[in-house]
Amino acid sequence: MKHNGTEKQYLRFTRLNRTLHIIMIVSFISLSLTGMILKFSYTGWAVLLSHLFGGFESAGNIHRFAAVMMFGIFVTHIIDLFRMKRHEHLSLKELLFGKNSMMFNRKDWRDFVGNLKWFLGKGPRPNYGRWTYWEKFDYFAVFWGIFVIGSTGLMLWFPEFFTRFIPGWFINVATIIHSDEALLAVGFIFTVHFFNTHLRPEKFPMDIVVFTGRMDVEEFKNDKPEEYEELVAKGELEKYLVEPYQPIVIKAVRVFGWTALTIGFSIVVWIIYAMIFTYR
Amino acid sequence: MFKRLNRKIFSHFSRAVPLFVCIVIFFGKTFSQENGDCFSCHNDNSLTGTKKGKTISVFISEKKFSFSVHSSLQCINCHSDLEGKEFPHDEELQKVNCGNCHSDEQEKHAKSLHGKAIARGDKLAPQCFDCHGKHDILSAKDRTSPISPLKIPFTCGKCHQEGTKVTEQRTIHQDHIIENFSESIHGEGLLHKGLIVAPNCASCHTAHSILPHTDANSSIARKNIATTCTKCHAEIEVVHRKIIKGELWEKQEHVLPACIDCHQPHKVRKIFYDQGMSESDCMRCHDNPNLTSSKDGRTLFVNFEEKQHSKHAKISCSQCHSEVNASHLRPCETITKKVECSSCHEEVGQQYQKSTHGELFAKNDANGPTCKECHGTHNVLGKTDAKSKTFPTNIPKLCATCHREGQKAAVRYTGEQHQIIEHYRESIHGKGLLKSGLTVTATCTNCHTAHSVLPKTDSNSSVNESNVPKTCGKCHHGIEDEFAKSVHSSLITKTDKPLPVCNDCHSAHTIRRADEQGFKLDIMTKCGKCHEDIAETYFDTYHGKVSQLGYTKTAKCYDCHGSHDILRITNPKSHLSHDNVLKTCQKCHEGATRKFAGYLSHATHHDPKKYPWLFWTFWGMTSLLLGTFVIGGIHTLLWLPRALQMQRELRKKKNET
Repeated sequence: MKHNGTEKQYLRFTRLNRTLHIIMIVSFISLSLTGMILKFSYTGWAVLLSHLFGGFESAGNIHRFAAVMMFGIFVTHIIDLFRMKRHEHLSLKELLFGKNSMMFNRKDWRDFVGNLKWFLGKGPRPNYGRWTYWEKFDYFAVFWGIFVIGSTGLMLWFPEFFTRFIPGWFINVATIIHSDEALLAVGFIFTVHFFNTHLRPEKFPMDIVVFTGRMDVEEFKNDKPEEYEELVAKGELEKYLVEPYQPIVIKAVRVFGWTALTIGFSIVVWIIYAMIFTYR
Repeated sequence: MFKRLNRKIFSHFSRAVPLFVCIVIFFGKTFSQENGDCFSCHNDNSLTGTKKGKTISVFISEKKFSFSVHSSLQCINCHSDLEGKEFPHDEELQKVNCGNCHSDEQEKHAKSLHGKAIARGDKLAPQCFDCHGKHDILSAKDRTSPISPLKIPFTCGKCHQEGTKVTEQRTIHQDHIIENFSESIHGEGLLHKGLIVAPNCASCHTAHSILPHTDANSSIARKNIATTCTKCHAEIEVVHRKIIKGELWEKQEHVLPACIDCHQPHKVRKIFYDQGMSESDCMRCHDNPNLTSSKDGRTLFVNFEEKQHSKHAKISCSQCHSEVNASHLRPCETITKKVECSSCHEEVGQQYQKSTHGELFAKNDANGPTCKECHGTHNVLGKTDAKSKTFPTNIPKLCATCHREGQKAAVRYTGEQHQIIEHYRESIHGKGLLKSGLTVTATCTNCHTAHSVLPKTDSNSSVNESNVPKTCGKCHHGIEDEFAKSVHSSLITKTDKPLPVCNDCHSAHTIRRADEQGFKLDIMTKCGKCHEDIAETYFDTYHGKVSQLGYTKTAKCYDCHGSHDILRITNPKSHLSHDNVLKTCQKCHEGATRKFAGYLSHATHHDPKKYPWLFWTFWGMTSLLLGTFVIGGIHTLLWLPRALQMQRELRKKKNET
C-alpha cells in the first residue's frame, strides 16, 4: 500500500476497534507463548522461554493476566456493539442481520462460491462488501475461541472450585480441549489469517489498516467495491474521508506489525518443529 | 557289616555266610553286653570295618584298655548307642560323647579356640581323643600319658610346631613355639631337667579353656596374664615392685606392665634384662638418624619421641618385633618377617585378609595396602586423634592417595564411579565433613568400612545392593525402618526384577541434599528408570510438564507416593489409599474435594480402553484442527495464483498513472 501522504483516506475502523485489536495482539501473543511453553515443555525452546518469562510461575501469571485482558476486550466489544445500537437507533434485528453486521448472510455464501469460481478461473472476482466472509470467519473464531478456551481455561485455573461440580477426570479432558483448541487458534491466526490479511501478494508484507484505520480510497474501491459503490451512490463517501497519519506514526505501526508477525511465525515454526521432531 | 569275622574259622564260607551265622547265633536274644562280648571280636588285631566308605581297623587292645582310666567302665557306657543291640552291630557308630561324664571339661572345650574351630567344621581342630587317646586313656599322673607334664609339649607340638598343617594353614601368631619353649627357662626345667613342676603348655594356656590372648576370658589375656604367672610365681609382683624400682611405675602412674611385656611368651629367660631387650637397648642403634638397612638402604631410624606419643606408647619394641632373640648380641638379627599387627588386632586382621586390600597384599600385589599405609608405623595414632591419618576429616585425603583419578587404585578400577574424591567433596556428606567440619558425617570408611573393603559386586560388601540399606541405616536409621516396610524393600516385594536401594535414587559419591532443586528434578528420571510408562504419562500432565521446564514447585513422584515409605495404594497406610489421597492432594491444593482427587495424574490420551474420554476428546479436537487447517489451507492455496495476478495488474495500473 502506497500513499502520497496528502490525499485523504477512507476510515475503515473506529479508534476503539483499532485499540482493541492492538491489545488483542499483545494478549494473544502472550497467551500463545506462555501456553506453548507448557504444551511443548519437552523441547529446549520451552525451557529457554520459560526462563525468559521469569519462570513457570511468572509465565503462568502472564498467561492468566493476558487471558483476563482477552475477556476484557471481548466484553468491551460487546458493550461497544450495544452502544452503537443505541447510537444509531438500531433494532436488535438490524444490529444482528443489518447490512454491515458481522453475521453470515446469503451474500457471504454467494461470495464464497464466487470466490472459488474466480480462483479456478471460472468467473469474475466477487463484488466484496464491507466485511468479507473470511473476515467474518476470523471474527467469529474469536467468539468460539473465547468460549471454548476461556471456559476450559477457567477450570484449569480454579480446579479446586470446579471439581465441586464436575468430576476430577474432566480436568484432564479440559486440558486436552484447552490445549488443542489453542493450538488451532494459534495455528490459524499465524498462518491463514496472516496470509489472508497481510501476506497476500497485493498486501505484502502487511496491511496496516487495522492499526491506522485508514486506507487509500483507490485501495478501498478495489478491496470493498460493493461498499464503495454504495457510499458513492448515497454520496456519503466524503463523510468517511480523513487526513492520513504522520509518517512517524506509520513507521511505528510497521515496527509493531513486524514484531507481531515475526513472533507469530516463530511460534508456528516452533510448533511444527515440536510436532514433527519431538512429538510424544 | 564286618568284612572279616574270625576269618580263620569261617574261611571256607563265602562272605555272606559268617554274617548269616552271626545273625542265627544271636537272633532273638536280648541281654546287657559285657566287655568280654565286645572284645570277643574287637581284640582281633585284623578286624576291620568301614567308616564313611573307608576301611579302618576296629581292633581294640583288651590289654591296653585294662590299664586305662576307663577300665572299670563298660564299653556301652561310652558307646551308649550299642546298648541292647544285636551283634554284630551297625558299623557307623555314634560319636562317643565324653561330656556325658566330663561335662565341665567339655563345656570349657566348646568355648575354647579349639572347640569353636570344631563347631566351624575345621578338620584340623583337636577333639578329646586327639590329646587323650581313645580306649587307652591314661591319667595325667601316668608318665606315659600324652597329657603328663613332660609329654604335653609333644602332644601340643603335634600341631603347634613348624611344618605342621596347623602352622601352615592356620594363622598362629607365634613362631617356633616348641623350639623357643624348649630353650626357655620353663622348657629347660621341664624337658632338660625333668622338673615336672615346671610349667608346660597347659599351665599357662589351660587344658581345655584355650583362648586367644585377645579374648578377655583367656588365661593369657593381658589383664589375666599376671594371675596366670603368679600361679607359680606367687610373690613375683612384690619382688618386681622392689627390684625393678623406678621404671614404669614411677614414670607413668597406675601403669603396670604385664609379665609378657618383658618376658616374651615361650622365650622366658631369667637373664632377660642382662641380655638387653629394653627399649633403650633398641634405641641405642635406632636412635641414629643415619642408620640404614644394609640390604636395601632404607632408613632404620626410629623416632622414639614420636612412638612415645603414639597409640602404642605403652607397647615395647619387642612386642611387635616379636622375632627378636635376647640371647643374640644383636637381638634383631633373628627377625625374618614383617611386623604382624593382627597378633594383637586379631579381628581387624581377619577382616583385612578378606578385603580387597588384603587379597591384593596376599597376592604380593604392590598395590595392596597394608596396615602401615593407612595407620603409619611407630607414629600410629588412634582414629579419635585429629592429627591421625584415620581421623574422620582426614580419611578422604587418605583414601585419595590411591583412589583419586590417575592414582594406582583408580587406574585399575573398571567400574562406573569416577572422580570419586571430587564428587564426594561436593556431596552432602563431603560438605558436611569437610566444610561444616561435622566429624559424624559419613566419610569413606562409614560406607565402605575401614578393614572389610570389598567391591560392590561382592555379596559381603557393605556397599553391595543387598547391604546398602543397612549401611546407610547405620546413620539414617529412621529411614531404613520406613524403607524396610515399603514396596521397594525386598522384605515386602518378592520379585526377580531388581529393587531399588538407597543409592539408586540418591547416587553414591554425588549424593545431594534431597531438598535441593537438582535432586528434586532428577528424581523423576530416577523413578522413570524402572517405572517407564508411569513416568511418561506423568510428563503428559500439568505436574510433569512444569517439572520438565525445570521447576520444582509442583507435584513430583514422591510428593504423592511418598519417598521412603511408598506403599501399594491398596494399603490403607499408603499416601494414595482411598482414605489418604485427598489429604495428599490438599498438601498443595488447599480447597480440594473428594471429586478433585479424581484427577488423572498419569493420564494419557493414547489409551482408548483405560481413558476413553481422553482418547475421544483428543481425536475429536485433532479432527477439528485438521479439518479447519485443510479447508483454510486449500482456500489460501487456491487464492495464491489469483492474488499474484492481481498484484501484477495493480502494479501495471500504478505504472500507467
